[in-house]
Amino acid sequence: MTTKFTPDHEYIRVEGSTGIVGITPFAQEALGDIVFVELPAVGKVLKKGDEAAVVESVKAASEIYAPVSGTVTEINDELTGNPGLINADPEAGGWIYKIAIADAAELDGLLDSDAYAELTL
Amino acid sequence: MAETSAENLKTTPLYERHMNANGRMVPFGGYSLPVQYPSGIMTEHKWCREHAGLFDVSHMGPSFLLLNNPSGDAEADHAAVAAIIEPLICGDIAGLKPGQIRYTLLLNETGGTIDDLMVGRSPVDGGALYIVVNAGTKDGDFARIEAAAGDKAKLTRADGDNALLALQGPEAVAVMSALAPGAEQLGFMQYAAFDFADQQIIVARSGYTGEDGFEILVPNANAPELWDALLADDRVKPIGLGARDSLRLEAGLPLYGHDLDETISPTEADLGFAVSKRRREAADFPGAARILAEREGALSRIRVGLIVDGAPAREGAEILDASGTAIGVVTSGGFAPSLGKAIALGFVPPAYAEHGSKLQVSVRGRAQPAEVVPTPFVPHRYFRKPKAS
Repeated sequence: MTTKFTPDHEYIRVEGSTGIVGITPFAQEALGDIVFVELPAVGKVLKKGDEAAVVESVKAASEIYAPVSGTVTEINDELTGNPGLINADPEAGGWIYKIAIADAAELDGLLDSDAYAELTL
Repeated sequence: MAETSAENLKTTPLYERHMNANGRMVPFGGYSLPVQYPSGIMTEHKWCREHAGLFDVSHMGPSFLLLNNPSGDAEADHAAVAAIIEPLICGDIAGLKPGQIRYTLLLNETGGTIDDLMVGRSPVDGGALYIVVNAGTKDGDFARIEAAAGDKAKLTRADGDNALLALQGPEAVAVMSALAPGAEQLGFMQYAAFDFADQQIIVARSGYTGEDGFEILVPNANAPELWDALLADDRVKPIGLGARDSLRLEAGLPLYGHDLDETISPTEADLGFAVSKRRREAADFPGAARILAEREGALSRIRVGLIVDGAPAREGAEILDASGTAIGVVTSGGFAPSLGKAIALGFVPPAYAEHGSKLQVSVRGRAQPAEVVPTPFVPHRYFRKPKAS
């Protein structure tokens, strides 16, 4: 199992051919209290860089982009009633959606945890 | 005030206090100010509604307009200084009692709003007004007032040498009166001078959160000391710009540059109360022809409050009728921490403005239900003195 990151502060945790996507602790801290999450539809086909979801803080809306191409297989419905899960537990309970990865080679273009840590210093 | 070289932003005398409290500093109205502290907007918002919040609003524009040659007759001198400012605004300033403040609007010749502002009559001196305008418009506002004053009066800006603090919330009065005994005697929209650390501070019972509270003008040198003294009380926490905005939005109060601009009249902004009766009857304010016609029904749009189902509708979102036709636009919108739902202010034709009217807002291309509701969204809790019988 490996986790990769985008410069836009999404993470994708790879489990076999599925990726679990969310935003990093750094991103949730920067956004502040999250009050609404717009989730993608299950079955939606995304290209790398497409807008996949939107998280709204009290002040502003932020787009969440697809780190890789693929098809949405599952969404975190708990966020509908409890968007603050992204603040409380961004890496586990606050995941946003799961994606069937179309091209595993795209993962190579993402940041590893060291490179991401460097970015957010 | 110092300027930071990077973005040429001004800082307030409380800049170090914000940094020490780990405030997240952002550019706002030409100043570097905290959008939030580490506790976050939601917590800060709720703290202010339940206890007392302390805000640095030193970016705003406090000033004094003083008659050059007062006669010594307080009433005549007040009438003279009121006559200078009244032609610019729609409020009755002549009728203010000593120490009384009025919310009013600076208007252009076509009845559009140049700014919203507070004008107070000095509690002690004749021919003296205390005027507080918005940060983004202050240079233009002051130039207009100076031009109107000519050689009859002098406008003295107080924004460079002083800080402006706001202490807001149900516990503000207990905190303020401990530091400035007698402040509890002020009614809503009254002000007076008090002593703090051997300096004079001006304390007004006013604010823009919908809560009881005070706005305090304090010399720069004493501002950090006053900030610390207020925060030494456990009931007080510092509040950033983020919660300031969500508090005023819940209170249904318009924000200049968003819900008010040079095209929007007081009638359209649903601020008809700010056009004082005497001025209305005399029709002697800028744009009177348009504004009086609008009052008689010739109105094409009016500001309403909306409760939005789903994602917050932000500024610029289209307002749609039930069938999906665009009828207006959101001018401020966001999440209401006290209500746990999205709210917005926006403009629609009067036919759609009835409370309970079912409309929609377009967020990222999708229509979401929105209902017109009365404002304020959260009831005001200003301190009204019982009328003397």
